[in-house]
Amino acid sequence: MLRFILTRVSLVIPTFLGITLLAFFLIRLVPGDPIETLAGERGIDPARHEQLRKEYGFDQPILVQYGIYLARVLQGDLGKSMITQEPVLSEFSELFPATIELAVCAILFALLIGLPAGMLAAIRRNSIFDHGVMGISLTGYSMPIFWWGLILILLFSVQFDLTPVSGRIDVLYYIEPITGFLLIDTLLSEEEGAFWSAVRHLILPTIVLGTVPLAVIARMTRSAMLEVLGEDYIRTAKAKGLSRFRIIALHALRNALIPVVTVIGLQVGVLFTGAILTETIFSWPGVGKWLIDAIFRRDYPVLQGGALLLGIVVMSVNLLVDLTYGLINPRIRHHR
Amino acid sequence: MALLEIENLSVEFPTQGGVMRAVDGVSLTLDEGEVLGVVGESGSGKSVTMLAVMGLIPFPGRVKADKLTFNGRDLLTMSESERRKLTGKDVAMIFQEPTTSLNPSFTIGFQLAETLRLHEGMDRKAARRRAIELLEQVGIPSAESRLSAFPHQLSGGMNQRVMIAMAIACNPKLLIADEPTTALDVTIQAQILDLLMTLQKERNMALVMITHNMGVVAETARRVMVMYAGQIMEERSAADLFDSPQHPYTAALLAALPERSEGATRLATIPGVVPGLYDRPRGCLFSPRCAYATEHSRNVRPDLRPWAGGQIRCHYPLGDPNRNAEIQADHPVGAEAAS
Repeated sequence: MLRFILTRVSLVIPTFLGITLLAFFLIRLVPGDPIETLAGERGIDPARHEQLRKEYGFDQPILVQYGIYLARVLQGDLGKSMITQEPVLSEFSELFPATIELAVCAILFALLIGLPAGMLAAIRRNSIFDHGVMGISLTGYSMPIFWWGLILILLFSVQFDLTPVSGRIDVLYYIEPITGFLLIDTLLSEEEGAFWSAVRHLILPTIVLGTVPLAVIARMTRSAMLEVLGEDYIRTAKAKGLSRFRIIALHALRNALIPVVTVIGLQVGVLFTGAILTETIFSWPGVGKWLIDAIFRRDYPVLQGGALLLGIVVMSVNLLVDLTYGLINPRIRHHR
Repeated sequence: MALLEIENLSVEFPTQGGVMRAVDGVSLTLDEGEVLGVVGESGSGKSVTMLAVMGLIPFPGRVKADKLTFNGRDLLTMSESERRKLTGKDVAMIFQEPTTSLNPSFTIGFQLAETLRLHEGMDRKAARRRAIELLEQVGIPSAESRLSAFPHQLSGGMNQRVMIAMAIACNPKLLIADEPTTALDVTIQAQILDLLMTLQKERNMALVMITHNMGVVAETARRVMVMYAGQIMEERSAADLFDSPQHPYTAALLAALPERSEGATRLATIPGVVPGLYDRPRGCLFSPRCAYATEHSRNVRPDLRPWAGGQIRCHYPLGDPNRNAEIQADHPVGAEAAS
């Protein structure tokens, strides 16, 4: 087990280097000078421009810049935002809970609906329910996130006035951040209505962000379940006189979950990409929106640091999923 | 009272090309402590017959019978939950592929204890103790440490022992073994057969041994049922059947055994193939491959009838003194077909 973890962790190192490399050079390929962007439309005095370039180290050869950046990263210094002058790490950790909250809600939404739907579709194979679930999930999977978000806003927020259009909570409330997760903080604050306001704000972003994982999970669960239900050990379970429920919910599901967990792990990366779009649509104050803003402002340190931190989060989640995988699939655990 | 009584059992599966009859008019009685061998080629309906007894015919298969009772209880009218109390407890079954028949995600101990807790209402501790006992009974060394093993950590032979332990956990009155040794090494096959026979004698449980291996039948069964294309062809005591087969199909099967072809240059075979869904003969199902077929047997399907201490489905049993005359009278066509 320890060896398994060590092997997996050591694989993180090249990925880590790859992210720094990509984030560093890709943003520099984007046209536009960060200092001119900083100065705005009024322009900047050439002497002052040169001075700032020196301050930020942009006058150095690009490989030297990368070397300096990498050395700082390895010392845990991600730099400061060029716009706010705040350390990247502290900005990230301030905004990240909002993204996590949204991502966790979205994946829970996807699991809570996708798993049972996929299971039922497999059990009632070729029924109307099965065809319905598969049709809807294909539609969901193919839907562009921004379009889906706008449609939902138009329908539920504008037309029926059921949910708020954007933000995390009504402006009436001021919630002291304790955990950074509004659902928890509002409960702790004991301010009346704050929790429900936070919930109401979460609904549409959760649906939008959870749609693609939901579709993938439902389809994967169905096909995994169908395969497992035809296995010999399901016949054995029946021959033991076990109830139908126990056979499906224990003997079949446990095995069907193995491929589904892999897919969930892969979806985490997709989830963060989706979060960037979803947060932009709903003005959700998370790292996704922060990164988009940083692109427009050519805020190099924020982009590099943000991409790296998100990369670390995705890698950690994938590692966690791999460990869970060993937990639910004994054949992997004992394999050396 | 017989332990298992089957009368005119048939199992049908609707397919796109029509209804497929996997089991056709099977009648059978089995007494307590009796060992019955069921032989036949792949697809002859031997497994499906026993799956029907277990109540394991998958949807959309249909089971019909004039009578299907176990220990005096009617299996046809029994509710599904009543039936579940019986399956795995009084009637148990083991399968051909031991390694895939055990759930790969659960330990041996869990899978064994599950049966005990369900049918015997044992608590965790008692079930664990009993599981160790059972593993010892089926000859698994260091049984206690094997409880936490997963099926993929054990060999096929060991897994089949685990399957047997699971099947006998609740002292079943009837154990159905569906080709229990087919997937195993030859040396292991003999061990598993020995184990099954020992357990059968110790516990006086009825044993149905499904196999396509005549050798296995000869070693184990006291009575043999020969199936072909979903029907019983012949059913008699093993000694009689091996000594003087009454059905031409049984005789042809026995003649095809390598042991019985000593001195011959070629192994005897049965020409032709088993009829499929679309080419089921109107008359006797074996008639297209039978050396003694006549116009009559091609057109009229023989009934399953009592014969020489057992049952037979043939117009012209080999031991019938009048058979040559009858075959002549019914216009023989078999010889040219067989040649």
